[in-house]
Amino acid sequence: MESYALLLAATLNAGTVLAIAALGLLINEKAGVVNLGAEGMMLCAALAGFATVVHSGSDWLGFAAGMGAGALLAALFGVLVIWLNTNQYATGLALSLFGLGFSAFAGIGYVQAKLPERVQHHIPWLGDIPWLGPALFRQHPLVYATMLFCAALIWWLYRTRAGLVLRSVGESPESAHALGYPVRRIRLLAVVTGGALCGLSGAYLSVVYTPLWVEGMVAGKGWIALALTTFATWRPSRALLGAYLFGGVTMLQFHLQSVGVDVPSQWMTMLPYLATILVLALISRNPAWIRINKPASLGRPFHPGA
Amino acid sequence: MLELKLEARPQPSRFWSYGSPLLALALTTALGAVLFALLGKNPVQGLLVFFWEPVKSGYALGELMVKATPLLLIALGLAVCFRSNVWNIGAEGQFIIGAVFASGMALLADRDTGRWIVPLILLAGVAGGMVWAGLTAVLRDRFNANEILVSLMLVYVADMVLNYLVYGPWKDPMGYNFPQTKTFELVTQIPRLMPGSRVSIGLLLALLGAGALWLFLFRTRAGLAQQVGGLAPAAARYAGFSSRRALWTALLVSGAAAGLAGALEVAGPIGQLTPYVPAGYGFAAIIVAFVGRLHPVAMVFSAVLLSMFYIGGELAQSRLGLPKSITGVFQGLLLFTLLACDTLINYRLRRSAGSH
Repeated sequence: MESYALLLAATLNAGTVLAIAALGLLINEKAGVVNLGAEGMMLCAALAGFATVVHSGSDWLGFAAGMGAGALLAALFGVLVIWLNTNQYATGLALSLFGLGFSAFAGIGYVQAKLPERVQHHIPWLGDIPWLGPALFRQHPLVYATMLFCAALIWWLYRTRAGLVLRSVGESPESAHALGYPVRRIRLLAVVTGGALCGLSGAYLSVVYTPLWVEGMVAGKGWIALALTTFATWRPSRALLGAYLFGGVTMLQFHLQSVGVDVPSQWMTMLPYLATILVLALISRNPAWIRINKPASLGRPFHPGA
Repeated sequence: MLELKLEARPQPSRFWSYGSPLLALALTTALGAVLFALLGKNPVQGLLVFFWEPVKSGYALGELMVKATPLLLIALGLAVCFRSNVWNIGAEGQFIIGAVFASGMALLADRDTGRWIVPLILLAGVAGGMVWAGLTAVLRDRFNANEILVSLMLVYVADMVLNYLVYGPWKDPMGYNFPQTKTFELVTQIPRLMPGSRVSIGLLLALLGAGALWLFLFRTRAGLAQQVGGLAPAAARYAGFSSRRALWTALLVSGAAAGLAGALEVAGPIGQLTPYVPAGYGFAAIIVAFVGRLHPVAMVFSAVLLSMFYIGGELAQSRLGLPKSITGVFQGLLLFTLLACDTLINYRLRRSAGSH
């Protein structure tokens, strides 16, 4: 029983990494921009966050540094894609390749570095409840903040004027432009927000979840987060649930090993990637279902003033 | 206030479609010099390591070709994909499985095996790459799954397959517990072109491939059909060209090319299967393809350029004490600057006074 509580706790923790990134990517996809650079932004942010904590000793400064790194790279991507009209796929790919190379290069001195002692989080009273305490109430504050953020995002996207404007920019940039909204500026803002959240996710990974820095440590989580937005048919609540589901799949390997299931570790490591392929295939099987839910101008450039 | 504005050209500029990669290379070089200076290294020395050392002797040129071979082969296949708007970015995985299949064949050889094993090793590599790319094709064709994400996820899966084999069933029992297969029999070695250099017939195969791709793209109806689907799906349907056929052709061709590259690598310079077989060629080849404008001849040059980056990175490590991963920084910068410079193909920069 106790091991299931730990599995649930680990699932929430792993799911949070994916959830933060997926919600960020969902915001810029709602505005019509696909950023395949998620993996590269997360890697650079993981390094920036880790290095900042090593030098400053403050986790929160580390998160801020990660967000800054993600936002900066996303801004570069955004200017290229939105103002210079470069291909979104190719540019995102360039960002991922650059981020992989740059973080490996710049991070070489941090591979052996150690963080200050990690704090064990524990909500008073709730954390002491048998089973439920260790499963749910001994998490990092960002785990709960992510859930709150998801709720706030749902309200903002579907219940506020600003959310409506963001969605209209992704559905029909021409109409939004005709109504006088600065489509390109809104898209850039959405891309930078998405980058900042991918950055926070990367920093959470290297500062809280792992916590260490190794070359290529994001290991495809940026790509899985991208897949999650499709899996969620661009709805925040489903993205959050999907992230926990994938967090669970990631953690399953450790759980199965601890209960003595004898499968080579490599097959276990494959699980999240295979699961991503599987859910993509299942969710995309019906093209009409995707077409209805997808922001109509996703991936399409917008040229104003024509 | 004076500001720069982009103005659409009436038609794409031919000059800039060839000038943009050169401008991008110049910008990358300049940024590289700045990077060296920031790291406290002499920029001239740094750039010499990247652009002069790899070409200064016969042996160095040979090593340049050894690395250019897989890059060119993979990029040729990717060009077919990108020209037909199929976003296969998982060539690295197809390369790995090609290497795995080829290794399986090479491990069958013993002392009495003849040289006939070499073509079988190459064919096994081709088959491996096609199987792996075929998975992406099935998922795209039957399930409409996004090929970008699927092909990329399959890279991680391929890496785990490779790791499983070298840590498990294929581990050399006499190998002091290192995760690698035994060294392949000498008879499996891909024939080399000349003594004193590691350049193999793989280079010839890659150049032949470039010629074949040129013929296919520009001189056959099938090559036309392949590309029209990517440019204008409606026109392709009207002309009776099948988009499913184009999808399968693109993925199988690029899988075959990447798998062949993997086979040439394990049975060539490496000579055994190890976890270090994947060297990122599958990703670097994406840059080769874009920088070479998806054109078979131009990609020969861009493959050599990216090979220079690989060798420059290794030399930067041994000569300048910089991490080898500087290669990845240069690769990323080149693709970024290229995409930015490509804007000049369709737009011109105009200065305009004030805002209106």
